[in-house]
Amino acid sequence: MSTTDLPTPVLRGAAPAHAPAGTGHLRGTRSFPAEARDALQDTQLRRNLGKATGVIRAKRQAVVDEVPDWEELRLAGSAIKADVMARLPELLEQLEANVVARGGTVHWARDAEEANATVLRLVREAGADEVVKVKSMATQETGLNEALEAGGVAALETDLAELIVQLGHDRPSHILVPAIHRNRAEIREIFLREMPDVDPDLTDEPRRLAMAARAHLRRKFLSAKVAVSGANFAVADSGTLSVVESEGNGRMCLTLPETLITVMGVEKVVPTWFDLEVFLQLLPRSSTGERMNPYTSTWTGVTPGDGPQAFHLVLMDNGRSGVLADPDGRAALHCIRCSACLNVCPVYERAGGHAYGSVYPGPIGAVLSPLLTGISGEDDPNASLPYASSLCGACFDACPVRIDIPNLLVQQRAASVESHRRPTGQDVAMRAARVAMTSPGRFTAAEKAMSLGRVLGGRSGRITALPWPASRWTASRDVPAPPKETAREWFARTRPGQER
Amino acid sequence: MSAREEVLARLRTARDAGAPRTPLGDVPRDYRRRGEHDPGSEGALVQLVERVEDYRATVTRVAGPDDVATVVARLLEDASSVVVPSGMDRAWLAAAGVRVLVDGEPDVLDVAALDAVDAVVTGAAVAVAETGTLVLDAAAPDQGRRALTLVPDHHVCVVRAADVVGTVPEALARLDPVHPLTFVSGPSATSDIELDRVEGVHGPRRLDVVLVG
Repeated sequence: MSTTDLPTPVLRGAAPAHAPAGTGHLRGTRSFPAEARDALQDTQLRRNLGKATGVIRAKRQAVVDEVPDWEELRLAGSAIKADVMARLPELLEQLEANVVARGGTVHWARDAEEANATVLRLVREAGADEVVKVKSMATQETGLNEALEAGGVAALETDLAELIVQLGHDRPSHILVPAIHRNRAEIREIFLREMPDVDPDLTDEPRRLAMAARAHLRRKFLSAKVAVSGANFAVADSGTLSVVESEGNGRMCLTLPETLITVMGVEKVVPTWFDLEVFLQLLPRSSTGERMNPYTSTWTGVTPGDGPQAFHLVLMDNGRSGVLADPDGRAALHCIRCSACLNVCPVYERAGGHAYGSVYPGPIGAVLSPLLTGISGEDDPNASLPYASSLCGACFDACPVRIDIPNLLVQQRAASVESHRRPTGQDVAMRAARVAMTSPGRFTAAEKAMSLGRVLGGRSGRITALPWPASRWTASRDVPAPPKETAREWFARTRPGQER
Repeated sequence: MSAREEVLARLRTARDAGAPRTPLGDVPRDYRRRGEHDPGSEGALVQLVERVEDYRATVTRVAGPDDVATVVARLLEDASSVVVPSGMDRAWLAAAGVRVLVDGEPDVLDVAALDAVDAVVTGAAVAVAETGTLVLDAAAPDQGRRALTLVPDHHVCVVRAADVVGTVPEALARLDPVHPLTFVSGPSATSDIELDRVEGVHGPRRLDVVLVG
């Protein structure tokens, strides 16, 4: 009798899960400090980013200021999302029932690999070897393009910024403007090199570049049989899906092909149609700084005579159940991917999106990525992300659904520390401090040693490199040189004869 | 266990494990449902004009339905062909000297035919003054299927004053979610290159609004 084929207990499979490693783009290969140090050397990148985030910040503030009930909208958005998390399984079942009732098909995916495999199978069943894609964070997260490519299907990004990234064999660096790190001259070079029919006299004027992209994609739109999209919102009580965009590439993909496949993270569901009245106000003003984005499309299942006649919805977990199981961390799932927190973050503005490794950069990425993947240990690049912040609080003020990102960063720092087995530099320093501070004699000796620091500081009064283990501190920041006089010396000098 | 059962079971376990320490209250709906201007009021119309023009679209106000044809004819001066949904008021095109194609069962145009047309004229279901947004309902006879207002390069949209509301909540209340809907705020645009706004990428590059009443 075999003893190895015991059935897996049902409950084990039902435990909340992190996104498995190996598929998709939720984790880089190097830590944030290592990536950021390299990025900071790139003056072009810093110039492009500084200009872009400054422009978006100003636009956003202007349109937010003209809404008298902005705080009430934020409070409603936050409460709707909290309610969604509390009823997520039921809302998804309701969404599924309504999509199916209107002629759509719903698929479920435990993780990125299963989502990719499902899309590949559906594309093959539709008889296509090419798909047009609407910009989507979910499919960036799963690495769908690479998975389709490996399966013999060409995936064509149709959002201008995504196209620039794809043709540049590059990675997106911002949630809303993935090519924010590129300037017009660089984009012209990419187009001249990668677009077969492009006009060789192409200038770097943005209008000319946009028209080159239009010409490049036009035939593809008109002939594509299958499109793949993400979803900004899915309405449980009607089965309605929604995509918010600007260029019309989204409308092209959602309308013209015979088959539409939409991949969404399970957290994107909202309970009712009327909840969209909150998010359709919060999202455009927070993301592009416009009163409303040029195009929003909504569709429900299949409508005879209009749009794709086959509609597939892929509902994906990929670590979200793991985040949901964390009482504090689940608020990170409230994120509507507006990118307002990126544009106000002093760390993002200098380091750029690539430094975060994951497709989710900036403050929200610094909490969402480690929450989705879990932290495997000290060497996990995502363990460094919660430290990629000055905790200045600007991200919380900008967040349209009031995610307390600074608080989540602190929680994730604690989680990251707990995952470390070996003592860190901070542990070593604190242990040394305890030795010095528990004896007056030792403390005086330590104070004497500190005056040595003034020599290290030199004329600038800044110490840029200390020997190991303190080098781990000075690798990413300067230390002010110690003062000439310690507090106890000052006290002795100014109050002679008094008890210390 | 199927993927469906497993994902739902994981989410149930997670939902209970991560339940917030304080119970959730009702969603506070203290935001504005109505704007400062009543639907169809002069204030709403003036605001709509200002906000639509801010997107670099044009708006022409006319007193009544009889004046629509004159304005539409002028807007279509450069066009040699125009497509309209089968349920559109044909009087709107009475003065235009262009070839008119009608799209609707049983004469549905293919994509190549749509691509060869210069312009499209439609009505709108509702317009939002505060955001300068027009909503097209594919189930409405004068608005047509979604591709119609997407492929031609020039969209002329006729909006009735009575359909102009102040806010997004007022607009959603008038719409049926199971109809395919398109919310249009200005012409197609991109800001992906150094955040310079360029009008017209894939959708219509030119949007003209005729506001009636």
